[in-house]
Amino acid sequence: MDFTFLIDKTILVAIIFAISLGIAAYSTYFERKFAGFFQDRIGPDRAGPFGILQPIADGVKLVMKEEIIPAGANPFLFIAGPSLSMLTACMTTAVLPWGSYLEIGGRKIPLQVADVNIGILYVFGVVSLGVYGLMIGGWASNNKFSLLGAIRAASQNISYEIAMGLSIIALVMMSGTLSIGTIVEQQQNSYWYVVLQPLGFLIFLICSFAETNRTPFDLPECEAELVGGYHTEYSSMKLGFYLFAEYTNMFVSSAVMSALYFGGYSVPFISALHLDQNLVAIIGTLAFFGKILFFIFFFMWVRWTIPRFRYDQLMKLGWQILIPLSIINIVLTGIFILVFDK
Amino acid sequence: MESLSGRSKQVVNKELTFKERIYLPAILGGMWITLKHFFMKKTTIKYPEVKREFAESYRGLHVLKKDENGAERCTACGLCALTCPAEAITMTAAERKNGEEGLFREEKYAAVYEINMLRCIFCGLCEEACPKEAIFLTNEELTPANYDRGDFIYGKDKLVEPQHHPIGKIRGGGPLNQRNYHPYGKGLVTLS
Repeated sequence: MDFTFLIDKTILVAIIFAISLGIAAYSTYFERKFAGFFQDRIGPDRAGPFGILQPIADGVKLVMKEEIIPAGANPFLFIAGPSLSMLTACMTTAVLPWGSYLEIGGRKIPLQVADVNIGILYVFGVVSLGVYGLMIGGWASNNKFSLLGAIRAASQNISYEIAMGLSIIALVMMSGTLSIGTIVEQQQNSYWYVVLQPLGFLIFLICSFAETNRTPFDLPECEAELVGGYHTEYSSMKLGFYLFAEYTNMFVSSAVMSALYFGGYSVPFISALHLDQNLVAIIGTLAFFGKILFFIFFFMWVRWTIPRFRYDQLMKLGWQILIPLSIINIVLTGIFILVFDK
Repeated sequence: MESLSGRSKQVVNKELTFKERIYLPAILGGMWITLKHFFMKKTTIKYPEVKREFAESYRGLHVLKKDENGAERCTACGLCALTCPAEAITMTAAERKNGEEGLFREEKYAAVYEINMLRCIFCGLCEEACPKEAIFLTNEELTPANYDRGDFIYGKDKLVEPQHHPIGKIRGGGPLNQRNYHPYGKGLVTLS
């Protein structure tokens, strides 16, 4: 553990942190812009050219607004809720491989903060912590709507985490490792796992919609019946944190999906070009971000297409369809491995 | 029982097919539709910069007309105020003095003439009631937004047109508008 190692990692952490927050901030802008496009409007266009300063204006507005802590609320937990949401949303980026490695001055610098050998488990652990933010916030508000929203969030996340975990098990059976870095490397010169695990990918995709509380699974903040769900009582930047955490979560799930199923930073046939390693790493990182942005677009695309599920439909889909389906997927994967001796 | 219109249909509670039950084809179909809309021409009109064209018969902001010599046509008879269903119009009459013949067309004129634009419902009854063709609703201007309620009470300074425009070319020469047309007997007003 020498000094340069620490510096490398610190710079990397800072860059990743800045990029993921920047992307999350601009997701809010593009969400509104794309929502406009999908509805034959043009979306926000007043702040700066094409409205690109909109996230800054929104941020300033949220910070300047009055902070209200309701009289019946528990002040400590009321603040802890959004903070925890934001914290867990940012923590997942640590184990994701953003690129292969750079060679600077004869040193190999891997573009991954921590190649934990149980990366997938780490991601799952942190993602399931995310629901505590919503629960604590909803509980601390001392408001029935918030509490109902929080309960919905909790039961929904628990239900869909099972199917998500089971779909990952099939993937892990194929890869034989829990390290995300290794899984991405395996896809470098082989098929992307979406080809080998189409059903698993579909289940994972649906579950990540549910985990990030995005439409059609945005029942925790269902404004029609729950006012604002768990963030009904929130105002100012605490509300901003909840919304921001949702977009950060969206970015993280897009990144996890691209890493596990779409080859992460791998670009097909790039090894045939015999390029310089640094160039390959940069192209790979750009490709990875391209995939992530596509998935973020996909999240938005689905949001502005599909209406929300009813709560019993949501539970039925989770427990009666996705879980059996993912178990079948595991069995099929087992047979596949046995027959083709992968 | 026989249906009289012949359009009634028996309600059927048919089972969903497998394709409908897995729901994914429907989602993909919906997403294809939204994607097409993503690239369609947008219908937004960027309001302050671009203004939508008004219909010829649009009833917008009022104008108090002058005659061809530049004298105000209004004689403060009060018929507009009387007919106004929103009671938005108030006025104070005054007598014309010697030497003011160029300013006011007849012996009596409105010293104060105010329309409260927050009360006004832009029905155009004042225009129909006016026997002197003094008040018209233009088809090219709206009441602009304001910070102060008091500023929505429009006095003569805002209502009287700066100089004489023949009717049909109100304020900046728009097209001949239907404000000249009175369906209740006056016929088409033909002023120079």
